[in-house]
Amino acid sequence: MGLELYLDLLSQPCRAIYIFAKKNRIPFELQTVDLRKGQHLSDAFAQVNPLQKVPVLKDGDFILTESVAILLYLARKYKVPDHWYPQDLQACARVDEYLAWQHTALRRNCLRALWHKVMLPVFLGEPVSPEMLATTLAELDMALQVLEGKFLQDKAFLTGSHISLADLVAITELMHPVGAGCQVFKGRPKLAAWRQRVEAAVGEVLFQEAHEVILKAKDSQPADPTLKQKMLPKVLAMIQ
Amino acid sequence: MGGEGVAGLGYQELRTSLCWVTGGTRPLPFLSWVLPAVPAPAMGLELYLDLLSQPCRAVYIFAKKNSIPFELRTVDLLKGQNHSDDFVQVNPLRKVPALKDGDFTLAESVAILLYLARKYEAPDHWYPQDLQARARVDEYLSWQHTALRTSCTRTMWQKMMLPIFLGQRVPPETLANTLAELDRCLQLLEDKFLKDQDFLAGPHISVADLVAITELMHPVSAGCDIFKSRPKLAAWRQRVEAAVGEDLFREAHAVLMKAKDLPPADTAMKERLKPLAQLFL
Repeated sequence: MGLELYLDLLSQPCRAIYIFAKKNRIPFELQTVDLRKGQHLSDAFAQVNPLQKVPVLKDGDFILTESVAILLYLARKYKVPDHWYPQDLQACARVDEYLAWQHTALRRNCLRALWHKVMLPVFLGEPVSPEMLATTLAELDMALQVLEGKFLQDKAFLTGSHISLADLVAITELMHPVGAGCQVFKGRPKLAAWRQRVEAAVGEVLFQEAHEVILKAKDSQPADPTLKQKMLPKVLAMIQ
Repeated sequence: MGGEGVAGLGYQELRTSLCWVTGGTRPLPFLSWVLPAVPAPAMGLELYLDLLSQPCRAVYIFAKKNSIPFELRTVDLLKGQNHSDDFVQVNPLRKVPALKDGDFTLAESVAILLYLARKYEAPDHWYPQDLQARARVDEYLSWQHTALRTSCTRTMWQKMMLPIFLGQRVPPETLANTLAELDRCLQLLEDKFLKDQDFLAGPHISVADLVAITELMHPVSAGCDIFKSRPKLAAWRQRVEAAVGEDLFREAHAVLMKAKDLPPADTAMKERLKPLAQLFL
């Protein structure tokens, strides 16, 4: 068995990996793990990842979790063009800086926006108070300000004049609240222009393909009570 | 606590050895009409740290262990020095650690560690060239942000800093949940990362171990003896301390271990630290 990628395109980090692998023509077998059907909680998947999360990479006997680690592994193993993760010391540091910051900042806010606005009420039947949602959206707004003010500034891409892993990770995050119906690019022309550039660099067709699932998130079928009971505590822990 | 407690002897040694960087040159008075003033040479590497902070300790240990010459810039978080105009120039996110190398500034401890490892060509084991070994280090460095890091910070603040330093009550259920979460993370640290290896990413110490051990000292400083019922983890800790060097390890943790003896914060400090405190509840 060659390279396998265990993904659900509902998940932001999965989308970043999918786009990266496809864009760089990395041959892989897609193993879909349908989160909304609870497939990540199956015994079979626990053999692959006891943490019951996606994305996961399996390369022969080598199993790797964490999207940042997976992206870096793929970039190195398949010797992708330099701009994705530059050799230059300072350029590389800028990508590392973004990839580190985003875990507890943009990632968290985008995840909460999707779950508070759409997934908790629609998929898990759990209402979310307007105050909670308002706080989440305000926090998202602050993260977007940092994204523009500290990272993007007046550059074409987040860490320089070429697209890198940082842009992929960021854009797939932002599509989460977009999928929830949040107009994150409205009133942010700089960010909107950056989005256009990233989509153009990735390729429109690939970008749309990777985001088909998230853009239909609002149409999620409600989870049955058994699944809801299993998933709710894990979801609440994930988005805290 | 404060500047003098941060690096003690180490800082003085550094200062002396780096004075050729910071001292600049001044024209001798009687030559001033001949020679124009020579500008001070560009500042070398500066690390903006508060050793109360876990990621700062990891950076400090790494730099010292690898004999990387740097000027230590102490940023006292409890005194709010991360909000000073000078520091905001270095890191607009107002967090430590931060690095300044000439005109280049960098935030985020993981980015800083990798930058230092690469620039100063640290021995391979810190961040191995081998594809899979490196992936294991990356995997740990990624996982820890929202797992061990979070629970270690919360434990230290909820058990010690909030009640003792800030005089703020922490509901017992909140602390109990935090300790349960910490326990869960420690189990994962043992089962998923350490397993039967000597170090987290393989047979040799790497930046992953540095990041992890400095995190674990946080709850230790608050009186949580996390190694007591975990012999595997305790053995790993011994190995990490030995690999780092006992003196350096102790030096890096001096500030942290004295945190329980801090006098209670005054009203002004409590007000200023209120938003930070809310984050940790």
